[in-house]
Parts: sequence; C-alpha cells; structure tokens
Amino acid sequence: MTSDTASDLRPSKLHVADIARTASVGLRTRKLRAALSALGIMIGIASMVAVLGLSESSKSDLLAQLDRLGTNLLTVQAGQGFGRGSGELPETATEMIARIGPVETTSAVSAVDGANAYRSDYIPSGQTGGITVQAVDINLLDTLGGSVAEGRFHDEASAPYPTVVLGSVAAERMGITDLDPAVQVWLGDSWFSVIGILDEFELSADLDRAAMVGMEAAATYLDDDNVPTSIYVRTNPRYVEDVMGVLGATANPEAPEEIEVDRPSDALEAREAADDAFTALFLGLGAVALLVGGVGIANVMVISVLERRAEIGLRRALGATKRHVATQFLGEALLLATVGGVGGVALGVFVTGLYANFKGWDILIPTLAWAGGLAAALGIGAVAGLYPAVRAARMSPTEALRTS
Amino acid sequence: MSLLTRPRTGPPAAGGVEIVLSLEDVTKIYPTTPPVRALGGVTFQVERGELVAVVGPSGSGKSTLLHIMGTLDLPTDGRVMVAGRDIGELSDAKTSALRARHIGFVFQQFHLLSGYTALDNVADGLLYTGMALTGRRELAVAALDRVGLADRLDHVATKLSGGERQRVAIARALVGRPSIVLADEPTGNLDSKSGDSIVALLEELNAEGATIVVITHDREIASHFPRAVHLRDGLIEADTGRPG
Repeated sequence: MTSDTASDLRPSKLHVADIARTASVGLRTRKLRAALSALGIMIGIASMVAVLGLSESSKSDLLAQLDRLGTNLLTVQAGQGFGRGSGELPETATEMIARIGPVETTSAVSAVDGANAYRSDYIPSGQTGGITVQAVDINLLDTLGGSVAEGRFHDEASAPYPTVVLGSVAAERMGITDLDPAVQVWLGDSWFSVIGILDEFELSADLDRAAMVGMEAAATYLDDDNVPTSIYVRTNPRYVEDVMGVLGATANPEAPEEIEVDRPSDALEAREAADDAFTALFLGLGAVALLVGGVGIANVMVISVLERRAEIGLRRALGATKRHVATQFLGEALLLATVGGVGGVALGVFVTGLYANFKGWDILIPTLAWAGGLAAALGIGAVAGLYPAVRAARMSPTEALRTS
Repeated sequence: MSLLTRPRTGPPAAGGVEIVLSLEDVTKIYPTTPPVRALGGVTFQVERGELVAVVGPSGSGKSTLLHIMGTLDLPTDGRVMVAGRDIGELSDAKTSALRARHIGFVFQQFHLLSGYTALDNVADGLLYTGMALTGRRELAVAALDRVGLADRLDHVATKLSGGERQRVAIARALVGRPSIVLADEPTGNLDSKSGDSIVALLEELNAEGATIVVITHDREIASHFPRAVHLRDGLIEADTGRPG
C-alpha cells in the first residue's frame, strides 16, 4: 500500500492563461520567423477579404445604378442587313406600341440621313467627328431618365425651329462647354442654335454622340421623313417580359422577325454576372494563397519541433503529459494563424476601404468575408499544427534531452 | 516549515526510514543490433534525506540509470518505485504527474528557457502541478532567494553566468518540494569555482532536508558526499553508504 491517494497522480489541467503562455513561447523567442509565417496566412486572408469586400462594394454601386435607371426600359429597332429588313420601322410603330397596356411612355428617334453637324461651316464635310444627327420626340429625356447639363431639352416651343440639343460626347467633340454666349452649329445646310447639352446617358450611349433636333424641325430643315429608327419604351416593371414578347409583332405585324428588342439594363446585369465570375476566380486565388500560408505554418512548426527538442524534453521532465506538449504546439500554430488571420482581415478591410473610397463606392465588408476569413485561418492553423503537435507529443523524453 | 521539507509520501521502511526511490534488479537493454545491455541488474534504494552520488566512467550506464530513476524511461526488467509508486503500473499521463509532483531534475546543460526570466523559469517548475501563476511565482521567489539569486529575479536566463544558470535550475528543481532531486553532472559545464559552489549548495539543501541524487563521472565530487554508488558496465561496483 502507498500513502498516496489516487488523485495525487491525476494529471493537471493547464489554465487557459498558461496554455496561451506556453503556446506563445515560440512566437516570443523567434519573432521574425513567427511574423514571416503569419504573413503567409495574412496575405491569403487579406486577398479573400478584399476580393469579397470590393465585389460587394462594387455590386452595391451597380445595384444602386440599376435601381436608379430601372430595368423597365426597352429599345425597339429595325434589324439591318441581309434578310433583316431595311433598318426603318413602320411609321405607325410608335403609336401601336403605345397602345400596349403596360407601356407607360414611348419615345421615337429617327436618324437623319445625309445630315451632319459641324462646329462651323468652314469644317470639311468629311470631318463629322462621329456625331450623328437624330430627330427626337420631346419626351425622350423623360423616357430615358436622362438629365440636362446645360440649357434645356426640346419642348413644344423649340421643336419646330432650328434648335439642337447636344449629347455629352457630341458637345465635347465640338468644344462646346457652355451656352453663354449663345452658340450655333452648322447642321445640314443651316445654322442651328444650341439650346442644351445633356449629361451622359447611362443606358443609351449612342445618343451621347448625337446632335438632337425636334421632329418638326428635322422635317422642315433637313428633309427628314420622321420614320423612327429606334423607339424607347418604358413599361410597367412587372410586365417587362410580357411586353418584350409582343413588341416585335406590335411594331411590325408583317415582319415581326425583323424587329430587334433590347433591354439595355441587361448589359449592367451581365456586368454584375461577370463581376461575380471574377470574384470567384480571385477567391480561388486567395484560397491558394491561404493554402500556401498553411503549408508555411506547418513547415515552420515541424522545424520548430525539431529545434526545440530540448524544451520538449525539459517539459516532459517537469511533468508535462503528451497532451500538454501537443496542446502547446497546436496552440502555437493556432496563435500564428490567428495573428495572420486578424492581420489579414485588417489589411483586407483597409485595402477595400482605400479602393472603394477612390471609386466613390459605399464600403461594404460582408460578415462572411471577415468571419469566414478568421475561421479559415483558424482551420488552416489547426490542420497545419496537428502533425507537428503529434510529433512533438510522441517524442521520447530521453531522446529529446539527449539530442540537446 | 522549511522550503525544502515535505510531507511523508513514501512507505516507511523498517525502523521508520522512508524509502523515496527503490530499484530492484533493474536491467535495460536497448534493442539495437547488436542489443546493448546498459544496465545489468541494478538494485539500490535511496532514503529520504539522503545525498547520494552515482559515480561511473563514461558508458557505465549512468545516464540510463538517471532516466529510469526519473521515470523518463522504463526498465526492460525489474521494478522501480518512486515515492511509493511502481512506475511499471502507471500510465504515461500518471507517470508525468508523478514527475511533476515528486521528481526534480537538474541537467548539465541547465535547460533554461532562453526567453524567460529567472523567476518564470523557476515558476515553470510548478507549471504542470496545476498551481495558479501567482502561487507559482511566490514559491519561485522564495526558491530563488534560497539559492542566492534574490537580485536576479527579472534577469533573462541568457544574461546569467553559468553558475547562476545552474542555481536557477536547482531552484526550479526544488521549488515544488519534490520527494527526490536528480542532478545529472550538475557541475559538468561549470568552471571549478562555480562547480564547487554548486556542490556546496547541494550539500546545504540536503542539510535542510532535500533528498538528492547526483550523477557524475567526477570521483572527487563523489568523495564529498556521504554516500557514493559506483557504477561500471551497467552494474553496481560499490556502494559506500550502505551497510552490507
């Protein structure tokens, strides 16, 4: 019999603070190595957080743009080319489309053939600057959701007279930035007074390069037939698909297949989808960086276990169980990964903030990005630390002490 | 109660003497090719309060004996009792707990943690006993004071002289008031002056009640001690302290 009680030899449990202290020994005594191995994880986490943050921030910007512009704008154009028709819509198309129930507004645009706009009548006729002349309805700006930068748009008073409103690109190419003093441009064979300059159209960039005249003035001064080449249609947002389905047959009942119906906001949505694809790609790259960081930590830990045999032997001599030793080295790997993870999240947020600020976006860091980033760091740390920890625990104390 | 006195833990032997370490016909054969017989049947006991030198030339089996006495290794055959427990019957975890509470080690290479202060190195001698940090530090201060390093508490281990490092290691071995302290060539890395002072310290600590076994190849050191167990080729050649 012995005088010891059974509890006398119950292995002690380390306090959390002691686990943290022993786990941080390696980090405190080998600071540079710890910093470098944490850096691997940090770069991986930072890139993932930044990719998710930037994607979310840019998406919110895109969604705000979509919200502002609406997804209920449709364009109707006549097909061009072999078997696709003449490029003109029937004269009645605008009225017919306006009769479709959910259609809220329609606006016709007629390209004026043979007419070009010049800053003055001295400019050679070949130097058109890519500026087109379009006859437009006076409600075009409302239908497209456009806005005026200078002056005003056409109204009933201006439409019959030789007045012109310039798209943003057209004005820039002509060198016209303001309308005071009054400016005239040479259009067809007449001087037209510029009454307005528009802001950029976000959904119909071709009008940015247009010099827009009223339908009546086009007929009077430029011999235009006012036959629409494009019709812009705003519909009730709930019936956009339905309206799209009947627009072709309504615009041209004889040859509906010659009509092209577009939804300009689709381009923005496509951009969003493309952004998503890039996000997935960059996330994949971030994950690879993270994996490499994890391998770095595993590598450093394996070396650390070999180098610190004497310490392991000493701790075993001081009474550490295998579990204590494993906990110490696993804790060290987790600590490295946590330092890298926290640093990575901070860096990722900083980069996102910087870029979003530069782009004028709202800064959005999805919870998934930072919480997931930290969780991924810890997971990688645990996996990376497991093998070295088990190896340290299995080391024979006599071997460990002998090799020191 | 003195820093080094400890409640009785082992079974009292006949006549009321407490045996803290007992080896019975201990052999150790390393399974190399060919197998190496490091210990060939060693039997001896250490009583509480003894100061024993285990002396032998290189290759005599001293280190193997130290590891087996310190429960860091198991014998191939024979029985080892430490503080009344048969280590052959204990799990690895319980053997670790036995070391934490009953055995103190002093190594030739000191084995101090380089980034730690003297105080924390000594306090870590109690880390695996489950004691809280403040309690560990209080005892560590007392232990460092006892070995004459009261003014070196906050010195990082690497800034201390060899003799001072070994004193820190001795304080660490004694801070938990173990049943037995095993010192492996404690003067082996020291100049003769520091070595003498370490021997003197061990004698003082023994006088205060600590049970100490010193493993050494140095017969002169062994001659200072009341008992010397001479080892040669894995066998006890002579045991000066044991009657019969």
